[in-house]
Amino acid sequence: MSTLPLNPPPHAPRIPLAQGERLVEARGLTVRAGRRELLSSVDMAVHASEIVTLIGPNGAGKTTLVRALLGILRPSDGEIWRRPGLRIGYLPQRMHVEPTLPLTVHRFLTLAYAADGDAVRAALAEVGAERLEHQLLSELSGGEFQRVLMARALVRNPELLILDEPVQGVDVSGQLDLYDLIAHIRDAHGCGVLLISHDLHLVMSATDRVVCLNQHVCCHGHPESVLRDPAYLNLFGPRAASGLAVYTHARGHDHAHHGRPPHAPDS
Amino acid sequence: MFDDFIWRALLGGIGVAVVAGPLGCFVVWRRMAYFGDALAHGALLGVALGFALDMNLNASTLLAFVVFTLALASLQAQRRLATDTLLGILSHAALALGLVTISFMERLRVDLMGYLFGDILAVTRTDLLWIYGGGVLILAVMVLLWSRLVSITVHEELARAEGLPVGTLRLVLMLLIALVIVAAMKIIGILLITALLIIPAAAARTFARSPEQMAVLASALGALAVLGGLGASLRWDTPSGPSVVVCAAVLFALTLAAESGWRRLRHAT
Repeated sequence: MSTLPLNPPPHAPRIPLAQGERLVEARGLTVRAGRRELLSSVDMAVHASEIVTLIGPNGAGKTTLVRALLGILRPSDGEIWRRPGLRIGYLPQRMHVEPTLPLTVHRFLTLAYAADGDAVRAALAEVGAERLEHQLLSELSGGEFQRVLMARALVRNPELLILDEPVQGVDVSGQLDLYDLIAHIRDAHGCGVLLISHDLHLVMSATDRVVCLNQHVCCHGHPESVLRDPAYLNLFGPRAASGLAVYTHARGHDHAHHGRPPHAPDS
Repeated sequence: MFDDFIWRALLGGIGVAVVAGPLGCFVVWRRMAYFGDALAHGALLGVALGFALDMNLNASTLLAFVVFTLALASLQAQRRLATDTLLGILSHAALALGLVTISFMERLRVDLMGYLFGDILAVTRTDLLWIYGGGVLILAVMVLLWSRLVSITVHEELARAEGLPVGTLRLVLMLLIALVIVAAMKIIGILLITALLIIPAAAARTFARSPEQMAVLASALGALAVLGGLGASLRWDTPSGPSVVVCAAVLFALTLAAESGWRRLRHAT
């Protein structure tokens, strides 16, 4: 095969990231499947130390965009630019590991990337999963598995984290914890984060920039301004904006006790 | 000592079981049991062609596999029918075509039962050469590509994102399975080969905590099933393939019982 997009040589000299440096950029990206256009001339970029959230309804082309940024999918038109030697930590959507395959967490983390034991334990500690190191993947709960996936993305010391719906199958307080964790990782590593989500409510406080996608970029910018954007309201309906008010109000309280869905009727 | 057919059968059977262990794990992990079965059915067409064209049967079987795999790939590309439907059509069409072709060859005495269910007496020195030559080749490729094959089995999309040639690796795996089927055909028989791939692997899953442990354990359990099965076959004059598979199934049942016993013990304390 020709290129190994995510595997620069393990000991390649690393050029430290400058604050706000551009990591990856799509220019006029178009992807067609047959006659259907999955993405039409999308422009977007992710920089170091920023969290960009990509939102859009089902079938909007979010995962297609991620696959193009990762280099798995060839653009029909336009181009993808990546910082030379960019290390990407990727957490795919709806990841499922066949339960008949006996794999410990440690092995899972070192399968594709030859990390030493210290690096593995450090990555697990960072996501609060160090006690899981020698468990089998098939023995983990949904939330534990999600943390292990995060550790797997971290173990290669990524400059860009791409997380495709990282909170699927996790309850609301667990989701808030995960978003706090992502923000913490960004602060500690200075890496860029691209977060894919199908709604904005819970993810909003951890986001610097929002890109709203529906085959093309409908609107983008600061979360609050996107929420008021007519294109956003048109896509998600006015309820999407009102749900947020409840959430920002509740945000002052302790998540562990009040982390219920923003629409919860009993508050 | 290789003049003795018992030794040839044992050596051949154990060789096949050792190779089938790790490959069978992949068949279980990747849910390819039906693919293996379909491919094995296609082998009969290869055997029939070999007789009709007077060529080496192993070579003609490999040729049939290539045609089979290409036909499957082109039908899959049309996306009209699900893969299991396509496999069902191809596998039974190939089996039926093989049976019809063999029925035309009146002057040739083809031991059909031997090909379908395995024949302990039929293992020749040349067969042993195929089994051990092919076996060493298969194991070498597997050792070389092991962690990459495990990676694409864990998650294809992730492996692709990490730069692995997923399509090529998948093809390599299918080829290896085809090779092991050719090697095992004489001893286990076309209709039962998949059992030797999946039963030892499934039994090994209970006790394994790593892919390598499961592979080695599957090889050992497979070899044990061959020993027991061939022993029974000699003692009671039963067909060798079914005897080996019955023995493997008994081993599988024993591991199930051992697992539930172990679990009860752990909960009791």
